[in-house]
Amino acid sequence: MAGTTGNVDTRDPLAPDGAAAGPHGGEEPARRRRFGRPVTWVTVLVFGLFFVNLAGVIGVPLVDSFGSRWFTTWLPEGWTTKWYGEAWDEFALGQVFWATALVSLLVVLLSVAIGVPAAYALARRSFPGKKLVLLLFLLPILAPPMTYGIPLATVLYKFHLAGSFTGVVLANLVPSVPFVVLTMTPFIEQIDPRIEAAARMCGAKTTAIFLRILAPLLVPGILAASVLVLVRTVGMFELTFLTAGPESQTLVVALYYAMFSAGIRTQQSIDAMAVMYMFSMLVLLVIALRFVNPTQLVTRVKEEQTEK
Amino acid sequence: MSADAREGRPALRHRLAERGVDRTTMLVLPGVAFLLVLFCYPFVYGLQLSFQPAEGGGPFANYRTFFEDPYLRETIWLTLRLAVPAALINCLAAVPVAFRTRGVFRGRRLVMTLLVMPITLGTVLTAQGLLGYLGANGWFNKILTGIGIIDQPLGLVHNYWGVLASLVISGFPFSYLLTLSYLTGIDPSLERAAATLGASRRQRFRHVLLPLLAPGLAITFCLSFVLAFAVFPSAQLVGDPRGSTHVISIEAYEAAFQQFDYPMGSAIAMIMAAVMLVVVALVLTWRSLLYRGATGGKG
Repeated sequence: MAGTTGNVDTRDPLAPDGAAAGPHGGEEPARRRRFGRPVTWVTVLVFGLFFVNLAGVIGVPLVDSFGSRWFTTWLPEGWTTKWYGEAWDEFALGQVFWATALVSLLVVLLSVAIGVPAAYALARRSFPGKKLVLLLFLLPILAPPMTYGIPLATVLYKFHLAGSFTGVVLANLVPSVPFVVLTMTPFIEQIDPRIEAAARMCGAKTTAIFLRILAPLLVPGILAASVLVLVRTVGMFELTFLTAGPESQTLVVALYYAMFSAGIRTQQSIDAMAVMYMFSMLVLLVIALRFVNPTQLVTRVKEEQTEK
Repeated sequence: MSADAREGRPALRHRLAERGVDRTTMLVLPGVAFLLVLFCYPFVYGLQLSFQPAEGGGPFANYRTFFEDPYLRETIWLTLRLAVPAALINCLAAVPVAFRTRGVFRGRRLVMTLLVMPITLGTVLTAQGLLGYLGANGWFNKILTGIGIIDQPLGLVHNYWGVLASLVISGFPFSYLLTLSYLTGIDPSLERAAATLGASRRQRFRHVLLPLLAPGLAITFCLSFVLAFAVFPSAQLVGDPRGSTHVISIEAYEAAFQQFDYPMGSAIAMIMAAVMLVVVALVLTWRSLLYRGATGGKG
């Protein structure tokens, strides 16, 4: 600490300091070493520990699902792929995959259909009570699913909607619709409204403006929002868990039940199922990252700013 | 419309349009209606249901049961004991890491992808991995015994530590990305100005960046806390759901969907929401004391 304070006087106050622009802003190496060390060490340590453990967490089910027997050794005794076939039959994964695909596609379609018009209105108009509407769209994203999931599932059971595809789709729409609204609003805001005005002046009808002007401009945003909703819906455990019946379980819920009733199942086939889930999520993630910036997956950043 | 026009006032439709309400604004209605029905109504319904206990005993019977039974009352403490440290770890670890990675560097996209992965993998898969990885014969204990740090394998799963690990793995990427976006929202010229005035790196961090980042960190803490407070699958799977990780969401779930006592389940869900609100309100009150002026950026 003494070293740092002693250093203040020795530097040229007018020298352009690259450090301010970022850690790689062309700082002189000696100074970087003297100042940057603790931060660098902590960063490397945190990142290193995080990634090593993450690799372990992902690696163990992966290795186990291909191993024939694995007790106390570093690696299994032999290798096999038979667990995948067993898991497929044992957990009726054909049905589960079908349910997952159906639920997520329906959620994506419906949330885009409800969310995009709302986002358009929010982006183009300011009206009394707009803050309140924004808050209403913000809450389901910020609140953890478990809190509103329990009352929601209670209501869905009351109307005999839970336990079926309808219930699962409805429950999953609750965070998805606001998600589409909040990702699409800034996207629509950056489309110049004068383009629509010009089209209207040239005599285009509302439908023509929508189909030939707006729709093509909206497609990239809608695709990005859809991919994100898809990833979130496939990974959504709590809401699906609370509302699904035996026929409408998605992959992640089936995985939970398999793990929860472990002991009567072989560990390896549960791991095989986990790997299949992981693999489908990774495919979706890679697709998603081609379209969007990772911070968008977390979503809450933009909304914070709208609220202030 | 014509009646209005006769009285010399503009038509209602025009007056509304002046305030921004017209046919385009109506497009927001389906979304709002949807959320009112499926988000607000369930909450109100749950609230009033919680005051109609299944076994009678006055409107507050459910709440009384909850606070009188130590096994139920303890859940609040057990959940806080998990959620507060998890949120603190995630926030504090995120600051140096975000600080170090805010510039453009090689492999940034890879780091981002790796960080986003736990978010998408979800808690169930993380739990499955942790069971194998941190278990008595898992790699983690093998490495530690191999290096000679410990003689006996540590018991890290089916207790408090497994759940905490799962909360950190699923929560850290989230708070990191959030902190990063707040940090990059601070105008670099503020820092450069401080540097021009002779502030050292440490002083710039302590007196320029940290005060500007603090409101963002408060929000990050709130969101990580709320996420961790609702922990459910990992507490069931890697934790000890009858003992040290008997968290409040497990109790709410079991009351509502295993004992089919919906009023009690709703009451516990309401208590859960109330505890979260109290903690968030405390943090936000502290935040309101902080400087929240222009950061020159988006924060």
